[in-house]
Parts: sequence; structure tokens; C-alpha cells
Amino acid sequence: MEGTMTQELGLLLPEIFLAASAVLGLLLGSYLPRRRQWLIHVLAALACLAGLVSTVLDWPEPSTAVFEGSYSIDIATHATRVVVLVSVLLVLGLTADVRGHRRETEFVVLLLLSALGTVLLAGTNDLLLLGAAYLLASVPLYALTAFAKDSPGTEASLKFYLLGALLGVTMLFGIMLLSGVGGGAGYAALAGGIPDAPKAAVAVGVIAVLAGLLFKAGAVPAQFWVPDVTQGARPPVGAIVTTIPKIGAAVALYRLVAAPLGLASLDWPLLFAVLAAATMTLGNLAAFFQTDVRRLLAYSTISQIGYLLMAVAAAGRSTLALPSLLLYLAAYAVTNLGAFAVVCALPAARTLTDYSGLRRHQPWLALGLTICLLGLVGTPPTGVFAGKLTVFTAAFDAGFVWLVVLAAVNTAASVFYYLRWIAPAMRSNPTTIEHAEPRAATTAYLAAPASIAVGVLAGPILAVFQGNILIS
Amino acid sequence: MLSIIVFLPVAVAAGLLAFPRLGDSAVRWTWITASAVELALVLGLWLAYDPATPGYAYEVNRRWIPSVSSGYHLGVDGLSLPLVAVTAVLFLACAIYSLRQTQRIRSFAALFLFLETVCLGLFVSLDLILFFVFFDLSIVGMYFVIAGWGHRGAARAALKFFLYTFVGSLALLLGFIGLYLSAEPHTFDIARLAEQNPLAGQGVAGTLVLLALVVGLAIKTPTVPFHTWLPPAHTEAPAAGSAILAGVLLKLGTYGFVRIAMPLLPDTWRRYAWVIVIVGVLSVLYGALVALAQRDFKRMIAYTSVNHMGYIILAIGAAGLIATSNEQAHDLAVAGAVTQMVSHGLITGALFLLAGVLYERGHTYDMGSYGGLAASAPRFAGLTAIAAFASLGLPGFSGFIAEFQIFTGSLGATPVATALAFLGILISAALFLRAYQRIFLGPPRTAGGTTDLTAPEAISIAPLMALAVVVGLFPRFLLDVIEPAARTLGDLVSR
Repeated sequence: MEGTMTQELGLLLPEIFLAASAVLGLLLGSYLPRRRQWLIHVLAALACLAGLVSTVLDWPEPSTAVFEGSYSIDIATHATRVVVLVSVLLVLGLTADVRGHRRETEFVVLLLLSALGTVLLAGTNDLLLLGAAYLLASVPLYALTAFAKDSPGTEASLKFYLLGALLGVTMLFGIMLLSGVGGGAGYAALAGGIPDAPKAAVAVGVIAVLAGLLFKAGAVPAQFWVPDVTQGARPPVGAIVTTIPKIGAAVALYRLVAAPLGLASLDWPLLFAVLAAATMTLGNLAAFFQTDVRRLLAYSTISQIGYLLMAVAAAGRSTLALPSLLLYLAAYAVTNLGAFAVVCALPAARTLTDYSGLRRHQPWLALGLTICLLGLVGTPPTGVFAGKLTVFTAAFDAGFVWLVVLAAVNTAASVFYYLRWIAPAMRSNPTTIEHAEPRAATTAYLAAPASIAVGVLAGPILAVFQGNILIS
Repeated sequence: MLSIIVFLPVAVAAGLLAFPRLGDSAVRWTWITASAVELALVLGLWLAYDPATPGYAYEVNRRWIPSVSSGYHLGVDGLSLPLVAVTAVLFLACAIYSLRQTQRIRSFAALFLFLETVCLGLFVSLDLILFFVFFDLSIVGMYFVIAGWGHRGAARAALKFFLYTFVGSLALLLGFIGLYLSAEPHTFDIARLAEQNPLAGQGVAGTLVLLALVVGLAIKTPTVPFHTWLPPAHTEAPAAGSAILAGVLLKLGTYGFVRIAMPLLPDTWRRYAWVIVIVGVLSVLYGALVALAQRDFKRMIAYTSVNHMGYIILAIGAAGLIATSNEQAHDLAVAGAVTQMVSHGLITGALFLLAGVLYERGHTYDMGSYGGLAASAPRFAGLTAIAAFASLGLPGFSGFIAEFQIFTGSLGATPVATALAFLGILISAALFLRAYQRIFLGPPRTAGGTTDLTAPEAISIAPLMALAVVVGLFPRFLLDVIEPAARTLGDLVSR
């Protein structure tokens, strides 16, 4: 027993690195003088790199489930680890804002903890662990949102917390109900128990569980926090909350649909198709006339989640569903962080008009912004294009032609508001912007080409992501 | 070889951006040299091309996204090679024409080189995803040309252009996904899809896929009723941008019809060919009539483009009607359509550059503000006269060869539609003559006369007209390339 426990822990190295670096960081941070706090950043980056290396080394291993089947280590978990760890590395490049801050360590530690939560969310095969991961992924973000202790941040944090607590409790209720009627909390047990359970109880339970996950993903009908938090918090925090939790939530939703719900008698895929349609449409329509860039990005991330949910709706009906979801997540994370990197590099520019004439003094930053925004539209050959192409194909294959048509219409409509940002930035008007924060700008220069690389290398990436999730 | 031709311009563009120390004149000459090298390479391609060999020449086929079996598949045949050549010629002409361009020449040159890669890449793509990548990038590139260097209303026109054509490209993408999923095994490869004919006999699915493809391509072409983005985009774009937009980018749509819609969905195409014919005739007549009502010279040319694209649509629609009954007429109509694409590229490219010259002189496109320019600018007047005559399809020019083939090929299939389309020629003759009279003849209205064509203007525009004449007088060299490909297409469509 001892031996297998150690072996199982060995498979969880990336998660362990995240947890250990968070604890170690907190300890180190309380002893280090303020000017040496940058060491915590280095520690976090090292933990991420070590996690990436161990994930890649582990990849060829066949899928296994650890801890009595409650946590699976399969393609989806591996991919989530890579995407989350790369996202954390990129976010660490945006934190010039908190350099030398009194609570710099806390910032990094909270980031690491929420990243750990999101990875656990993606890997869990058990409702109880899902509830725990939900809390771990959420609580650090409430604190991060209010990090600056200013009034917009505090207000956003309060909103975020209240909605999160409400939907979290709802989720716990759903977990209780489902494991009660389904005969267990593990997905395998549920898959066996749900078909015989009372339909109404299953329906209520699943919807309550979904409430929490949709909140994490920022999807309709639990999307209200996204714009306020993104606009109210500091820009790097906005980048975190719109990217990292969504990765875990989307994979968790996929797992839930593919494993226990795949056998249920109710038409869950249709529910997800409707949620996807509502999310993308609402996000797009609301983004149309935003003038604040962060609010615009917030609504754009809502619409992106809508496209991602298309892959969830196609779960189990198309072999492309899982690879397309993971590819889209990877592309989305890099591209969205790239756009946020530009926002972080220009902290003084808050509205679209502030970006007017950006190319005059910061031509490369303007180019990076253009690439990332066109990437979010889904212009080839960027990663999101490859993601959209495969997600659309998967949904088409699953029989949701109407959803694909709607997604295409939404994509075309989204061009409008992204262009409202690109057009002034590429003009050569006189401008107030001259200086850009160098570290965030460097991150943007890394993220923009990376978002194209994900698209050009979509072939090999999809080949790596090919496979099924493990139901144990 | 094809990969080099496609990606050389964008490599040069990257070089231009990477060396900001390069002076403006160095940038100009690098641009011209790159375009000239490109043209020389394409010329080599043409000379080494053997039309008699079946299939695609210079084929490259690499794995790209094997999970959805999409490959990096390039190749040329008689349908694409002439368009590749026109693209290279027009981009060189624009490079020379822009010798006097002063505003942000580096970005301008880089953008045009990027667009050249995109257009060449599209014509040689034999994979739907690759085709789509280039199709979409052409929209992005042209958006920045219009928004960055256009006239006063450019921002709005560019936005309209982007949104409208982007909707088209997404419709196209839906059609592509439908084709992919209907093929067994699933593939995005055009050549393999053409072999499989995956939607044969599947009524509704085939109809919906064709509808998506036709809407996507019709917006790009553009045909009535999807043409409304075109006039503002053309009017606001800089002269070189308009020339590329009309000369090359519109062909992306019509080329898509002959490369994708016809061979991949043959029986559905034949079933709905009458709709295509109607759309074609409507475009011909509507384009010509609205052009007749214009006072703005550039807007007028823009509408004649709708008219000229209408002939192509008419021809491919008629070709669908008679594909099984009259092979010879089918091949003639398709060959006419491809020749028209080449001819329209040369002639309208030249006309838009001439419109740019006009704007340089008088800072307006309003024909009412000009008069008697022929007295002070004889070379300008002469060249415009040639271009106008070429555009209305006078014998001796490429347009005549193209339209003659189109009408002869289509007459048997749809006599009424062809007769109606014939009216379009009459109207365009009237409108070109009227416009010419207004601007160049009569008493001069601008004080102090107008300067004649400068050397770069003349050197960029005159060869386009010379080529139109060469094609008009000695069309064999072009038709020898197109006709075998038209026959192959006929075999595919008549399945």
C-alpha cells in the first residue's frame, strides 16, 4: 500500500510542485526583505517549469487513475497542466504592477494556489474532489481581485465572492443530491447509478453542479461577475481570472458530460448547445459598444467560452470533441494573455480612444495587439482559428449544425468590436502613449507569435491531444 | 518551387520591417525588385508548364494537420496558372505605380508583398483549409490597405468591407466543414474530394453545402445582391489598393467557383445552375445600369466590375446547364470565364490606376469637375481611351476574346439570358464613351492645364494594356493553357 501511494504521488508531480512552491513561497516571503521578493517569482517560475518537464516526461504513459479512481491522469489532465502552467508563466511576466509591493509574495502564492485548483478541477473524477477543487480555484481569486484595496477592486471582489459563494453552495447541494441518488461520488459509480435514479433528482442535482462550473467558466447564466471583476481588478488580475479558471472549468464540464451524463436519459448535449449559443451571443452583443478595453475583453472572453462549450456539447458524439476542446483552450489562453499583456504594458490607456495612434510610438506593441485581437476573432493562421475550425467540425459532426451556423454568425459579428480597438491603434494620430512597461511588453511579444505558432503547429498539437478521457 | 514563389514576397516584407534603417527609396526599389523577381519566377513556371500533362503541375503535398486530414497541398493547372501570372503582373505594376507614394512607404510595401503571398497562395492551394487561410488573410491585408491609406471615408468603408467579406468567408467555412464531414474518409484535400464526389445523390445536404459555398464566394466576387460592400471599398481605397482589389481579390471568388463549387458538387451544381445563370445576368445588367448613373469615375469603374464578374457567373452557370449535353459549349464557356478573369484583372487594374492618376491631378473623382484633359495630357487621354475600349469588349482586346467565348458557349444553353446579358455590353459601351467625353474632350475646365502621365505611371499602366492587346490578338498562348483544364473540369462536372 505504501509503495503504490508513493508511486501515485509520483504521477502528481506537477500538482505537488505547485502546492509546494505556494507553501514555500509563503514561508520565504515572510523572511525575505521587500527588495528581494522577486525571488518568489523565480521560485514560482521554476515550479512551473519543473511541472512542465514532468508532465512532458509523463505524457507517453498510458492513462491511469490515482487515489482509488478519484483523479485521472489522462490526455485532458496532461493538456490542462501544460496550458495552465504556461499561462502562469505568462502571467508572471505581467506582474510588474506588484513589484516591490508590500504583499508581492501573497500575489504570487494566490496565483499558484488558484492554478493548482484549476488543474485539480480538470483532473477530478469524483464529485467531492470537484467541490474541493472549486473552492481552491475560487477563494484565492476573490483575494486577488481585491488585491489593490481600491474601491473598484473591493466592490468587484464582493460581487465575485457573493456570486461564487451562492453558486458554490448550490454546487455542494447538487453534489450531495447526485451522490445520494446516484450511489456514490465517483464518476464511474455515478455512471452506473444515474440511469436508474429518479430523473427529477438527477436533473436538479446536475443543474446545481453545473451552476458552480458555469460560474468558474464565466458562462451564461453565471457570467455577471466577469466584466466587473475584469474591469475593477488590476490588469494582471483581470488576465488571471479570465484565463486560468476557465481552463479547468471547461475540462471539468467535458468530463462530467462525457462520463456520468453520457448515459443519462436526458438530453444533456442539447442543454450545453443552448448554453453555448446563449453564452457566445450574449458575450458578443454586450461587447459591441464597450469603450473600456478591459470590459471589452471581459465580454469577449464570455463569447469565447461559448465557442468552447460547443466542444462540450459534442462530447462523446465526435472523436474530435476532446482534441478540439484542448486545442482551443491552449490557443485561447495564449491569445487572451497576449491581449492582456498589451493592456498591462499600457496601464494608463483604459479606453479605446486612449489607444489611438499606438503604432506611432509603439509599432511592435500595436502589431502584437492586432495579432492577438485578430487571433481572438479566429483569423487564420492563428491558434484560435485552428481551435474554432476543429470545434466547429466537432459540433457539426455531433449534429449541431444550427449551433455552428450561429457560431459563424457570432464570429463575424465579433469582428466589429475587435476592429473598434484595432482601427484606432493602427492609425498614426498624435498620441498620449509613449512609454510602455517593458516586461509586460516582452510578454506580449512572446504571446503574439506563440498564438500564431499554435495555429501553424495545429497538426502536431492535435495529434498529441488525440485520445479519450479516462472513466474509472 | 511553388512554395518559394508563394512565400518569397512575405519574406521580403519581413525583411523590410526588420531593417528599419533602410531608406525610403531603398524600400521602394526592394519592393519593385521583389515583385519583378516574382514575375520572372512565374514566367519560368509558365514556360516550363506542359498543358498536355493531366493533373497538377509542381505539386507539393505535405502533412499539416493530419487529425483533420488537411495538408499543405499546392499545385497549378490551367485554371490557376493564368491567374497566378496576372497576380504577379499586377503586383509589379502596383509596385512601380507607387514609386511616388510617400506616406509610410515601408508598411505600404510590406502590406502589398504580404497580399501578393496571400493571393498567389490562394490560387495554388489544393486544400480547403489552406484555401481558407489565404482567403481570410486577403481580407485582413486589404482591410489595412483601405483603412491605412484610403481617402476620407476609408474607416467606414474598410469596416464594411471586412465585415461583409468576413461573413462570406465564414459561410464558405461552413460549406468546407460540410464537405469534409460528408467525405469518407474525412478530408479537406480538394483533389481527393473531387475524386470522391462525396455529396453525390444526397439532395438536401448537397444543396445546403452548395448554398454556403455560393453565398461565400458570391460575396467575394461580388454578385448582385451581395455587391454593396464593393463601391465604397473601391472609392475609398488608394489607387494601387483598388487595382489589386479589383484585379486580383475579386478573382478569388470566381476562382473558388471553378476550383471548388463546380468540381466538388457536380450534380448539385448542375441542378441549380439556372439560379447561377439568373444571378449572373442580374449582375451584368444591374452593374451596367448603376454604373451608367454614376458621376464618380472610380465608382463607375467599380460597378463595371460587378458587370464584368456577372459575365463570368453567367458562363459558369450556363456551363453547368449544358455540362452533360454539350461538352464543347461547356468547355468554351469555362475557358471564356477564365479568360475573362485574366482580362478583367489586366484592364480594370489599369483603369483603377488611371483613376488614381486622375485623382492626383484634380483631387476628386467627380467627372463633372473635369473636361478637355486630352489637350494638356495626351498620353493620359490615349491610355485611358485604350483601357475604356478594352473594357467594353472591343475586338482586338482580351475582353473581346473572353466575352465572345462566354456568349458563344452560353447561347445554346440559355438563349434568353445570354441575349439579356448582351445588353450589358451596349450599356457599358455607352457609359465608357460618355465618361471619356466628359473628362477628356470638350473645353478644358481646370485652369492651367494638367500634367501628363509621369514615367512611373506610364511604365506601370502601359504594359497592362499591351498585355490586354497581346491576349486580344494572339490568344492561343493563353487558351492553350486554359482549354485542357476546362475540359478536365467539364469531365468532373458532367459526372
